[in-house]
Amino acid sequence: MPTDLLDRRLLFVTGKGGVGKTTIAAALGQLAASRGKRTLLCEVDAKGNLAAAFETSPTEFEAREIAPGLWAMSMDTEASLREYLKLQLKLPLLSRLGPLARTFDFVANAAPGVKEILVVGKLCYEVRERHYDLVVVDAPASGHIVGQLAAPQAIGDLVHVGKVRDQTGWMQDILSDAATTGVVIVSTPEEMPVNETLELAGRLGTETPVDLAAVVVNRVLPELFTRGEEEVFRALREPAAVAALVDAVGGPVEPVLDGADLAVKMRRTRAEHLGELRTGLPAGTELLYVPELFQRTHGVRATGQIAEALSAELGY
Amino acid sequence: MAAARHSPSAPPASSLEPLLAAKEIVICCGSGGVGKTTTSASAAAMAAAHLGGKVLVITVDPARRLANALGLERFGNVETQVPPALFAEAGIEPRGELWAAMLDTKQSWDELVRSHAPDARTRDAILANPLYENITGRFVQSHDYIAMERLYEIHASGRYDLIVVDTPPTRNAIDFLEAPDRMADFFSSRLLRWLTVPARSRVFTMASKPFYTVADRILGSQFLQDIAEFFLLFQTMYDGFVDRARAVTRTLSDKRTTFVVVSTLEAAPVREAEFFIDALRDRKFPLGAVVLNKVLPDWFGDRGATWSAQRLCTDAEPLAAAVAKVDDDVGDPTQLARVLAEVGESFLNFQVVATREADQRAELAEEATVLAAVPYADHDITDLGGLLELGASLWR
Repeated sequence: MPTDLLDRRLLFVTGKGGVGKTTIAAALGQLAASRGKRTLLCEVDAKGNLAAAFETSPTEFEAREIAPGLWAMSMDTEASLREYLKLQLKLPLLSRLGPLARTFDFVANAAPGVKEILVVGKLCYEVRERHYDLVVVDAPASGHIVGQLAAPQAIGDLVHVGKVRDQTGWMQDILSDAATTGVVIVSTPEEMPVNETLELAGRLGTETPVDLAAVVVNRVLPELFTRGEEEVFRALREPAAVAALVDAVGGPVEPVLDGADLAVKMRRTRAEHLGELRTGLPAGTELLYVPELFQRTHGVRATGQIAEALSAELGY
Repeated sequence: MAAARHSPSAPPASSLEPLLAAKEIVICCGSGGVGKTTTSASAAAMAAAHLGGKVLVITVDPARRLANALGLERFGNVETQVPPALFAEAGIEPRGELWAAMLDTKQSWDELVRSHAPDARTRDAILANPLYENITGRFVQSHDYIAMERLYEIHASGRYDLIVVDTPPTRNAIDFLEAPDRMADFFSSRLLRWLTVPARSRVFTMASKPFYTVADRILGSQFLQDIAEFFLLFQTMYDGFVDRARAVTRTLSDKRTTFVVVSTLEAAPVREAEFFIDALRDRKFPLGAVVLNKVLPDWFGDRGATWSAQRLCTDAEPLAAAVAKVDDDVGDPTQLARVLAEVGESFLNFQVVATREADQRAELAEEATVLAAVPYADHDITDLGGLLELGASLWR
């Protein structure tokens, strides 16, 4: 039985750059919160896009309630390390951690997987401690997510003893439980995003223990015409018809017709990519469609509209 | 020259031609998904076709279709010439040659180690080290450095007149600008020296002791020793690496190099483009142009057309009846009315987006002098002709 998307506890939202990953993560978080779940949204690539999606002040490592039931934070590996040291090692000399953490950050940069595990560790920790019903992660783009999700395994392979090693087991348990954790890949019906989505779906299966929960197809263009209407439209583009229409309207109509033509062509190209996506994904993958919204701005209003679209797709 | 057909407020777009003609290295950067790879390939194709000389495009992860468009089945780390026959198919006799190469991070790292390792034993030890495998293979932080390093290597070889680089998708658009410096800093750091002192002979100073205590407890001393061993090996390449990293930075700020910021007019990419422009300015790296991709045609902003579109929505039925009266090829008036209303509404929908785009564009125009705009392509690029067609809008 497939688990309902929002009934999982930890969702990593990823996708190719530019597909609207942050907006979808924000909308999923908002939707979950509106359905009564205590939800934490976490931005991993702190670019401030998450704050923009809610038109709120920049998020910090310390989670902040930005709407009823909805908390937001941004990942910070150094802060994550501090928290970890405080919680796990009960280390004295915390006052000396300033320069220490910086040095550590240095090693973490060079030693593979340490940074990644500080990110994944913090997220899994929030899940394990049940601070929230659901944690939605605005995760790194598809090129980086596999390294992050595979980090506990990689560390487990590289490090044979020590605290970090001890920590990887319970993280693996959380990550590999499909009822708890899932990845949501955001795509658009365009060539590269579709390719990357298919590639990532494959890599998730072979290189990480994490389940592919759903694929969200963003910016799906509405069907403009039925088949019959399209014929009418084509007839309308003949010079005689255009002249008649210009007369009737009393203003320029060519650009308006060109606009519809562009919309039809764009939709057609996108429909092909959508087909490739559908056939390329593992059978049974949940696909959610979000329409192109033609918004004036990106912000709270757009986030809300997308949350509504997702809600309808999820059958709420 | 005749004015554009319906042209509202869009600032005039300038050409990339003089830039490509004057420089030796063009680095295309911007956030993911803005069409950087296609822009790089089409700029390089235009340069090869119209300016002549040997032109190389280095891309990171081209779409299969793009590789096909360049006639390359195997798009590898090795530079490959795009078959001249493809230019002929596109109806163009190129003045120069177009070459393409892909960035293979792992392979490039291996080559770097081979050229800098002091002896065969060290070289093999590094290549076989599990940490090395991980750093270069599984994790991607090293992408950005290696891209710049390879660019440097190829440029220094003097094999090309022009090199166009498609930068890797980094977490942060400016990462690769700082990568050479970071690499140099890393190799000269005191921490590295501490780490690489053999464990038994380590003299714990007051400063280093807490570090080891914590690091031991977290990572385990074995892992720490593995790290130390790895860096010890790596340190043998210190001089070569640091010199190299410095040289790479010098190349980036050289007069022969220019940066092209690629963006769409969506909010997030524009934010990142602006950030990037500032970063280039701060570091005194030369910004040559801003290329805007997937720009909606400016006639979406046309006032007369807007008025017409509104009429189509509100008066679809009487308008349909009037048209059907003069022209009976357009079919049933009821159906025609639905089509007219759809056409009007679609125009107004896209106009919302186009208006926002024009606004973003005006903002960017204040930041950078040269702006080339590429219209929204309603089809995918499948051959060199398509790339050149796209390139034409960079060339006007």
